[in-house]
Amino acid sequence: MGAATEINRLRWQCRRGMRELDLLLLQFLDSGYADLDANATLAFNRLLDCPDALLLEWLLGRQLPSDKEVADVVQRIRRRPAA
Amino acid sequence: MSLPRRKFDTLIIGAGGGGLRAALQLSQAEARVAVVSKVFPTRSHTVAAQGGVNAALANVLPDNWHWHMFDTVKGSDYLGDQDAIEYMCRAAPRVVYELEHMGVPFSRLDNGKIYQRAFGGQSRNFGGDQAARTCAAADRTGHAILHSLYQQNIRARTHFFDEFFAIDLLRDPEGNVLGALVLEIATGEPLVIEAKTVLLATGGAGQLFRTNTNALINTGDGMAMALRAGIPLQDMEFFQFHPTGIAGKGMLITEGVRGEGGYLLNGEGERFMERYAPKAKDLASRDVVSRAIYTEVREGRGCGPDKDHVLLKLDHLGVDVVAKRLPGIRETVKTFLYLDPAETPIPVYPTAHYTMGGIPTNRHGQVVVPEHNGPEEPVLGLYAAGECACVSVHGANRLGGNSLLDILVFGRAAANHIIGELKQNRYHRPMNDDSVDQAMARLSRWDRRDGSETVDGLKRELQTVMEQHCGVFRNEEILKEGVAKVVELEARMQGAYIKDHSKVFNTARIEALELENLMDIALATVCSALERRESRGAHSRVDHPERDDVHWMRHSLFHKDGRRMDYKPVRIKPISVEPFPPKKRVY
Ligand SMILES: Cc1cc2nc3c(=O)[nH]c(=O)nc-3n(C[C@H](O)[C@H](O)[C@H](O)COP(=O)(O)OP(=O)(O)OC[C@H]3O[C@@H](n4cnc5c(N)ncnc54)[C@H](O)[C@@H]3O)c2cc1C
Repeated sequence: MGAATEINRLRWQCRRGMRELDLLLLQFLDSGYADLDANATLAFNRLLDCPDALLLEWLLGRQLPSDKEVADVVQRIRRRPAA
Repeated sequence: MSLPRRKFDTLIIGAGGGGLRAALQLSQAEARVAVVSKVFPTRSHTVAAQGGVNAALANVLPDNWHWHMFDTVKGSDYLGDQDAIEYMCRAAPRVVYELEHMGVPFSRLDNGKIYQRAFGGQSRNFGGDQAARTCAAADRTGHAILHSLYQQNIRARTHFFDEFFAIDLLRDPEGNVLGALVLEIATGEPLVIEAKTVLLATGGAGQLFRTNTNALINTGDGMAMALRAGIPLQDMEFFQFHPTGIAGKGMLITEGVRGEGGYLLNGEGERFMERYAPKAKDLASRDVVSRAIYTEVREGRGCGPDKDHVLLKLDHLGVDVVAKRLPGIRETVKTFLYLDPAETPIPVYPTAHYTMGGIPTNRHGQVVVPEHNGPEEPVLGLYAAGECACVSVHGANRLGGNSLLDILVFGRAAANHIIGELKQNRYHRPMNDDSVDQAMARLSRWDRRDGSETVDGLKRELQTVMEQHCGVFRNEEILKEGVAKVVELEARMQGAYIKDHSKVFNTARIEALELENLMDIALATVCSALERRESRGAHSRVDHPERDDVHWMRHSLFHKDGRRMDYKPVRIKPISVEPFPPKKRVY
């Protein structure tokens, strides 16, 4: 799969059942995803495979995932984007 | 053109709570069922429901279905159909116990019974003291219901088409529904799914408005498919707004914040709710608060550089109270606005929340349209359930906790009717190639490589027009302008194009198809709102501030063809009890 196609695929995986998740994930896909290294990219994919209710807990900072690499990605998503 | 085809007894479009409840009933009855969903099923919007589902179990306080029915009729501002409401309220305990058996982990009382919380609009004894009717699985009710139903469906061998986008219904010249044309998002390949019966369960259309609480997938696709198939949409002018969404983003800030002592301020630092509701102030009903916020902003007393919102102040409550009583809100605000509401007021604005209108059905889930013999003739083979349908149990205003109930009860009822139908109709009707060609044309229209408009730009303009012209503040002039603006946007959409013409996961093309759907529904909504010259439930016209039962206790029907309005009576006769006659709605 080419890079553009992969981004398209991920864009659809970022479509979730809650507005909170849509906004956080899509914003990250557009502004932070490109900076991820190979391992973090895999971790982002693992994150997207998790159920929405869990994603919400993590992305709102109520809990941290036990998978350390996923936890790192969660921290990056929660980071305030440069203005 | 010859396309790949699959055949099933029933095609269900939508894998939220409504679609999955129906699918389960059918699969367990040995029907061959296909469920199509544009996102993975457990990512459907039902997952967002946190509050719970209503049923008169009487576990915490005395209760019965008849009181629940009264509250729902009154909450609907007497536009709900009383037969459907009776049916729903009576079926409620049963669908909740069924969920319990499927493994939904409802919160419990010490005696082991299902815990029930009190919600707005719930009363005992026909308008008396507060009732406690809402069953919840902690704050994850929707998630728990959706996951249990999905697991049960896998076990019952329901066939899932995950990440397939339904484009249009297929019909024969006599109007029978034959199936649907769908698109596999991963490959970009179209597929014809033939079925003897089709159930639409595609959810709501919150994306009509710029500020909304809904997931991006809520673009009202099923409603638009119905419109294009010649079926009118019912009561589309009724859209529920919540007064306090995070400004510019939409996420809900619960009423609980104001319940704990938070209050609203305008750009001049004034507690303006004192002017609009001297007694209830910030705790006045949702529509009153929403209109007040809108008016402040419109009259130039908004906050921020663009003066486009007001502030919800709770920093005076102290960090301890905020941290203890409103933790969820604090995290949400910190995450999205990078500010701590315990220290800084929250920018808020009314946010679109729930689509009361939709595809007209009877209480068996059959789609019904006005025909020569009467106002409600079933369309053979076509059903709808859930937020995309209008059965109508919510009428002009939905009560909290009644939507999860609606999707479960009528998903199940539709399935039961379909099972009977399948016994009578054992064969598929011949496919109609013209109908397939028409649906394919919708797809190929986006193959063009140049144009003057972008999908994104048009969507944003449409959402802004709907917010300004069909939002919480409505009058003749604003709505007329709204109709003209949506018509213009629709014309401009002819000049729209997309840059990406790849096949695999082409999300630009999906977004273009969603925009077309939103455009159809926007017209239905704004035209219906213009014609209804009264105020009822969520539809409030400042130029017609009173409810007018003589002229308007009737359902609106919007037809796409000629943008024609039509009306039909409210079904005020329940199944087994006396009707509740309209009264002034006071709480
Ligand atoms: C923030 C929030 C909180 C809420 N809380 C509560 C609550 O506490 N209690 C309550 O009763 N109600 C609540 N509601 C309302 C309730 O959640 C919804 O009305 C209900 O879940 C709708 O269910 P549904 O099955 O009709 O549709 P959805 O769950 O929206 O599912 C729609 C399905 O259709 C599919 N679909 C749509 N278009 C297409 C297409 N073109 N092709 C293929 N598939 C398609 C989607 O993929 C999805 O599977 C809440 C709503 C919101 C926004």
